[in-house]
Order: sequence, then structure tokens, then C-alpha cells
Amino acid sequence: MSAAAIFFYLIAAFILGTGILAVTTRKIFRASIWLLFSLIGIAALYFWLKLEFLAAVQIIVYVGGIVVLIIFSIFLTIKSGDEMQKPLLVRSIFSALAVVFGAAFIMRLLQKYPFKLNTGKPFELKVNDIGTQMLDTKNFGYLLPFELISMLLLAAMIGCIVIAIKHKEPENNLPNQTI
Amino acid sequence: MNEVPLTHILFLSTALFFIGAYGLFTRRNMITMLMAIELMLNSVNINFVAFNKYLYADKLDGIFFSIFIITIAAAEAAVAIAIIINLYRSHHSIDVEDATELKY
Repeated sequence: MSAAAIFFYLIAAFILGTGILAVTTRKIFRASIWLLFSLIGIAALYFWLKLEFLAAVQIIVYVGGIVVLIIFSIFLTIKSGDEMQKPLLVRSIFSALAVVFGAAFIMRLLQKYPFKLNTGKPFELKVNDIGTQMLDTKNFGYLLPFELISMLLLAAMIGCIVIAIKHKEPENNLPNQTI
Repeated sequence: MNEVPLTHILFLSTALFFIGAYGLFTRRNMITMLMAIELMLNSVNINFVAFNKYLYADKLDGIFFSIFIITIAAAEAAVAIAIIINLYRSHHSIDVEDATELKY
């Protein structure tokens, strides 16, 4: 087993271990920190696959954006030191069974499926090519999804502000002040 | 890097997806359910990237799908957290069992 393979199995064990801790620990703040480590592990996996651009995007968007947002919302809503209540025993047993059988079924299918591996030129990711194909209108370019997704992001951000804005109480509810 | 077969990367993403599914089934707190959904979306990203790299090395479509999924996940997390904060203001709880007005 070469060094690259050992690195892959270490990264995989790290991702799965921190992922399991993120969904089973009962303190919500710790769950978010374990999720942070799991996402960093996935960024390391992208580095291992030599996809540096995608790893950078993963770190910026997930680790720097979404996890920080989740931690802020934890502080805004619940007491982060409290333990969450335990899930019902029946529910956790049945969901564990469903998950184990589902995973075993899909892994069995994957093991038997004959993938036709690419034997041509090796894969290399150039950021230049991503930019060219992203803003191309022909040759399988992705200009239309790019524009759609930018509109979606704008709409989502405005929607967030509208949903989360704090409405002021109407003036006439205030106690009357004598002048 | 050719020592690790494609199947093992797919095993990793399958296991991560089902860990996320387990979290979604057992948790009843909205923020932790959102975290489980993030794990599942990440496992899908790993799948796209691995297929792109191992099977279709002359194309970039898997990378594009991953980038779009990351963008949509960011938008989805922001909207979900806005809804959670609004729900906390009206119900003083973010447990899904407490928000049942629309069920009946």
C-alpha cells in the first residue's frame, strides 16, 4: 500500500468518524464543531484528488460560511450548553437498522458494478478551463445555469432578510404617555 | 493515486450519505437536521467529483455540478436559518414536534 492510499484511508476515517460524532453527540455546539471537522476532511479529500480549486471553494463556502451561520443561529436560539433530549429508543433502533441495510445494499451494488475506467489522458483541473466553460454560450457552456443561480442567490438573500426581519410593534400598543 | 479504486471512494460517499440520513431520522432539533442535510449534500459532491475524475477525465461536468450544488446549499442554509429564527420568535422552540399548526 502506497503513501497516497494510506492518506486516502486516513482522510476517509477522519470524515466518517467526525460525521458520526456530528449526528450523535447531544450537545448542539459540539455537533456543529464536529460538522466543521467533517467538512474540513472533505476539503482534504478534494486536495487528495488534486482538485485544489474545489477544495478552496469548499473551505470558503462551507467552513467559512455555512458553519459560522449555523453557530450564530445556535447562539440566537438555544442555550448551547444544554444537552438535547435523547431520541426515542425505538426510533433510533429502527433508523439505525434502515441506515445499515440501505448502506449494505448500495455498497453491494457498487461492488458488483463494472465501471469502465477512463484510460486516456489523465485528469487535470485548470481554473482557466472552468471559467471558459462556465461563461460559454455554445460548446456545452454553462452560462444559463450560471445566470439562473446568481438570480437564485439574490432572491434567497433578499428572502432571508424579509423572513428574519424583526417587525416593530405598532405604536398604539405602547402605554400612553402623559405630556 | 490509482492504487485506490473508484469503488472505495463511492463507499466513502455512501457511508457519509447514510450517516446524514441517520441524523435526519433521529434528530428532532431543526438546526441539527440542517447539519445532517449538509453532510448528505457533501457526499453527493464527492460522488460527482469522483465519477468525473475516474470515468470522464476529458470533461468538467462533474466539477460544475459540484460547484452549483455548493452554491444552492449555501442559499438553502441561509433560508433555512432565517425560517428557524423566525419560528423561534413565534414558538420559543426549534423542535419540529412543536411546530404542528399546519398539520391539522
